[in-house]
Amino acid sequence: MATIIKREQLSTQVVRMRVHAPRIAVKRKAGQFIILRPTADSERIPLTIANADPAGGWVEIIFQVVGATTTKLASLKEGDTILDFAGPLGKPTHIEKFGRCVCMGGGVGVAPLYPIVCALKAAGNHITAIIGARSKDLVILEEEMRAQSDRLLVTTDDGSHVRKGFVVTVFDELIAAGEKFDFAVVIGPVMMMKFTSQKSVAAGIPTVSSLNPIMIDGTGMCGGCRVSIGGETKFACVDGPEFDAAKIDWDLLVRRLGSYVPFEKKALQDHACRLEGVR
Amino acid sequence: MNQAPSKIRPDPIPMREQPAQERIHNFNEVPHGYSESEARQEAARCLQCKKPKCVEGCPVNVQIPQFIQLIVDGKFTEAARKIKETNALPAVCGRVCPQEEQCEKLCIMGNKYKPVCIGNLERFAADWEREHEGYAMPAMKPKNGKKIGVAGSGPAGLTVAGELIKEGYDVTIFEALHHPGGVLVYGIPEFRLPKAIVRREIGYLEKLGVALETNFIVGKTATVDELMSQEGYSAIFVGSGAGLPSFMRIPGENSIGVYSANEYLTRSNLMQAYHENADTPIIRGKRVVTVGGGNVAMDSARTAIRLGAEKSMIVYRRSEEEMPARKAEVHHAKDEGIEFHLLCNPVAILADDKGFARGIRCIRMELGAPDESGRRRPVPKAGSEFELECDVVIIAIGNRPNPLIPDTTPDIKISKWGTIEANEKDGRTSKKFVYAGGDIVTGAATVILAMGAGKAAAGSIMEDVGK
Repeated sequence: MATIIKREQLSTQVVRMRVHAPRIAVKRKAGQFIILRPTADSERIPLTIANADPAGGWVEIIFQVVGATTTKLASLKEGDTILDFAGPLGKPTHIEKFGRCVCMGGGVGVAPLYPIVCALKAAGNHITAIIGARSKDLVILEEEMRAQSDRLLVTTDDGSHVRKGFVVTVFDELIAAGEKFDFAVVIGPVMMMKFTSQKSVAAGIPTVSSLNPIMIDGTGMCGGCRVSIGGETKFACVDGPEFDAAKIDWDLLVRRLGSYVPFEKKALQDHACRLEGVR
Repeated sequence: MNQAPSKIRPDPIPMREQPAQERIHNFNEVPHGYSESEARQEAARCLQCKKPKCVEGCPVNVQIPQFIQLIVDGKFTEAARKIKETNALPAVCGRVCPQEEQCEKLCIMGNKYKPVCIGNLERFAADWEREHEGYAMPAMKPKNGKKIGVAGSGPAGLTVAGELIKEGYDVTIFEALHHPGGVLVYGIPEFRLPKAIVRREIGYLEKLGVALETNFIVGKTATVDELMSQEGYSAIFVGSGAGLPSFMRIPGENSIGVYSANEYLTRSNLMQAYHENADTPIIRGKRVVTVGGGNVAMDSARTAIRLGAEKSMIVYRRSEEEMPARKAEVHHAKDEGIEFHLLCNPVAILADDKGFARGIRCIRMELGAPDESGRRRPVPKAGSEFELECDVVIIAIGNRPNPLIPDTTPDIKISKWGTIEANEKDGRTSKKFVYAGGDIVTGAATVILAMGAGKAAAGSIMEDVGK
């Protein structure tokens, strides 16, 4: 069991929780995730570790409320416990000094992006971060990202904050202006990752994305999280979650994420929104 | 042989079970177990051989004639405790051991009649003790202050823990999932092994002082080396089990509705997807095809029918004779109406335009010359392809070992299959004070073999670490 030390509502749908998990806090590296289960009837869901403090013995998770499990999780208060909390899982992000990095996050995907930005920055990279969301209310971690980036660009689909446009719109403008990057990270809803990474790959930038397929055990046992990378089946939990974006079969990922749409117990929200919430 | 043949009942006492038409609508255990009089009658069939072959056939050498005699004498608790001298999990083994390949295969009664139902009697004794007496505390050695870590709480890990705790060691079991029991909990369905029995066996180990840490992934939460160098463990036993499911690498295998048996059974067993209140979904196929011929395939096909499938089918590339599943399980499956498509092999899974599985294309096979396993190799028959309509496909063709500990323990020797290399007789690996057993060493095998390996490793740990 893991105690919730702090709970914050980042937006109407997005919650940040600081959780007492000293072992995970010591071991975790950028790009890794945990598996949790709020109550005995809940599903096991993976969530990327958004931040951690080994000395304080805590890790942070950020999630969007979309289904039964995230609803139960969001209903927990400071001082409550999460029944099961296991990790860190997955391979850490490969961090080196690439040079100029462009780090792009959509919606709640900014949460898993943040620790990667921190690690890339600490390795001496120049960071351009582009974060976007549907509207002002859904923009998260803006100040945190600004503090870690050499340049932060913010955009909203509806123009309610900073400017109107998608993350890929901003990226296209940078490329059109002749900017060059040595490495790109794209994390967000699947369609955002697909279209944004296609552009960065086309611009000749090595690009990675962190995938969020349906998982159960998260330890390499069930094979539910299989994705196709360059035509080869991989398990996101032990081989990923990050993969070379140029090789990802995005359409398969979208289809498999839709496996249980008919089963959703909660009122159905729009499809893209639910995909975002899996992370 | 000390009994006159005239007194011997040639046929064994059958175990009463739920009728097939009833049990396909529930997850309750299929066989009911013996009554006291049934058990005593069956026990009386034992010839009490002076040199019992059955004991040689048991991987943990349960003293079979002795415990059976205790049943004859009506000393049921004593019978259970006799078994427990060498086997920590009799209620489990009585249910899931392949006795027909082990003890019962060698039973002298089998030469002329049918072998004694040793497994049924083991189950009876264990159940009787649990239900009537509760567990007795064994003789415990004083604490020796030495810490032993066990990675994985399946049959191998539980056996190691049970052996060492009695000898005075401090034992901690680390389990990656949220419930302990490993394959006994996530893999074997309730109708074959009720979870309450597993919980009870684990509760007993906890009562003896075994510490259990769930949600602890050895290799990730802490590595084997960290446990030894930073946390004071004198030795680590690795029983992390079978891992990554194997797939067939055929087109359509990632379609929606295609599960590995691990995933399908985990959803149903560990996550209780069959239960109303559980949030974890499972696709309840109307027509379900399970690919494979082992016990896991039978478990999957039988789970599917309980989840409401109108038709549950097995596709297996060899003939029934080569099926690795227990005869009893094949029999149970047939009784439950599961359709067997033998000597055919899938070549593609067909999906609709939304990516949902809608069928499986198979090719008929014929048996050729024996392969390295000694079984006749199936060879495809040209032009014999056909399709089976289905909306769920379960792939039950085995697993590769879990990579988490091999990947994070740099100096441990790994075979070309990814299994940890450990001496079969003593469980020692290439790394000092690290031992391994069960599926992580052998690849997918049986509960009792994993327990045998655990027992051997426990002996080595006592030798190497010292008492």
